[in-house]
Amino acid sequence: MLSKKRKAYIGGMKAAMYISTGITAVFVIFLVAYVFIKGIPNISWELLSTKPSYISGNIGILPDILNTIYIVLTTLIVVIPLGVGAAIYLTEYAKNKKIVGIIEYAAETLSGIPSIIYGSVGMLFFCEFLGFRKSLLAGAMTLVIMNLPTVMRTTQESLKTVPQSYRDGAFGLGAGKWRVIRKVVLPGCVDGVITGCILSVGRILGESAALLFTAGFAHALNGIIDGLSSPGASLTVALYVYAKEQGEFGIAFAIAAILMILTLLINLSAALVSRYFMKKRKF
Amino acid sequence: MNDIMTAKNLNLWYDKTQALKNVNITIPEKSITAFIGPSGCGKSTFLKTLNRMNDLIPTVRITGEISYNGQNIYDSTVDVNELRREIGMVFQKPNPFPMSIYDNIAYGPRTHGIRSKVKLDEIVEQSLRDAAIWDEVKDRLKKNALGMSGGQQQRLCIARALAVKPKILLMDEPTSALDPISTLRIEELAIELKKSYTIVIVTHNMQQAVRISDNTAFFLMGELIEYGETEKLFSQPEDKRTEDYITGRFG
Ligand SMILES: Nc1ncnc2c1ncn2[C@@H]1O[C@H](COP(=O)(O)OP(=O)(O)OP(=O)(O)O)[C@@H](O)[C@H]1O
Ligand SMILES: [Mg+2]
Repeated sequence: MLSKKRKAYIGGMKAAMYISTGITAVFVIFLVAYVFIKGIPNISWELLSTKPSYISGNIGILPDILNTIYIVLTTLIVVIPLGVGAAIYLTEYAKNKKIVGIIEYAAETLSGIPSIIYGSVGMLFFCEFLGFRKSLLAGAMTLVIMNLPTVMRTTQESLKTVPQSYRDGAFGLGAGKWRVIRKVVLPGCVDGVITGCILSVGRILGESAALLFTAGFAHALNGIIDGLSSPGASLTVALYVYAKEQGEFGIAFAIAAILMILTLLINLSAALVSRYFMKKRKF
Repeated sequence: MNDIMTAKNLNLWYDKTQALKNVNITIPEKSITAFIGPSGCGKSTFLKTLNRMNDLIPTVRITGEISYNGQNIYDSTVDVNELRREIGMVFQKPNPFPMSIYDNIAYGPRTHGIRSKVKLDEIVEQSLRDAAIWDEVKDRLKKNALGMSGGQQQRLCIARALAVKPKILLMDEPTSALDPISTLRIEELAIELKKSYTIVIVTHNMQQAVRISDNTAFFLMGELIEYGETEKLFSQPEDKRTEDYITGRFG
């Protein structure tokens, strides 16, 4: 039999847990509902498909959407080979395990640094030192550095889950190291690479501080080539600009709603991808 | 019978612990040689020195010599990949790659430069036939190999090893994870294969050594205690320790 005191204690703890769960849920629901209610009525085809003009007073976010796509694509194109390459080197080739440990630790620390610091360093290094000026390219490169640790670490972790027995089997047939990695190890860890990329896309979409410093906040409509060399606002930066500098809260909330939907979609696809690969792999 | 491999004064260390002590042995061609001995005595370690799989472990240090066809395989001029093609390996736990049955077998030949579909088809069929598993899998070559039973997986691994046309097959307790029927099939297979290949097999199962091997080597704590014809070693062992082991007095 439980004593009265003990029962009261357990009851109290349970109540506390329910209350904290409740508060969290309420906040999330409130936030999502608030953004959607304020934002969705302001989303129109007009808004999505035009560029802003001071002369006509039109506000459109097509340039910001395109800029976001350019930044995401450029960042991924650079960060995936770098991150996956580094992961392969560190897990499969590097002999000195101590240095590998230090690099892994450094990468973990790096991914926790506030993004505004990446922004300032990116501004000094890419915009000024390398002479990219404020441009989508400078922004994308800054995001590459920001996301490199994530892509590297997720790839590494999934490389480590590929059983040694596969490698032994392949080496035992006389395969060279690179062939073993390419044909046996890498196919076994595609899911990790994809998960890392999806996480990165989410982070890129949500990033504003680092881009504000490096990519600027222009709203010009550009193709990808011109776009990369000129300044441009991503959706998050545009949100900040519309809300803070122009007082266009309706537009800001419309962008917020779009970003939230995108984030939702990305998390969903991450879950689906990992479920798909979970089913497929049998080790 | 010709000798195909010879180890001379072979010592091996994992970091600072010595796992093989001055091993000398000669392995005859087209025969089955069994390695027996208690757990941890160095059977697997020695087997892996024969095709340099130990190279993959960074702490390993080796002295002495192993010659194959008259050449020291630890010579710096030896092409390790080519060596491992000629001296194949089958592991204790079946380890098919997570790909189709066909691709598993074709992995080795493709690695060594065979691209022709006709040629690959031919090799895949022949290897599966030689490993006595063709009839069971011929209708599901495109299916994932991980869906097979343990015994089938192990025969698939043997077929995979045969596909690169090795001269020697090293088998590290290939039946220890299998049921008695699968074990029997692999034993029969080994006997069949020794017509064309040299087989070296590590086993914990003494009946198995007696059933299939021509020569047996008894290892104890990193040393090769006794080596000779299987029949003789099991009926009239020369060393007291061999006798104790085969009569089940320890280990
Ligand atoms: N990678 C390794 N690093 C360090 N020591 C090792 C390593 N592999 C094996 N050893 C040690 O070397 C000795 C011989 O091991 P080995 O695996 O060759 O024994 P075995 O005779 O095959 O045993 P079993 O019958 O259990 O498979 C053991 O003491 C073992 O602990
Ligand atoms: Mg062993």
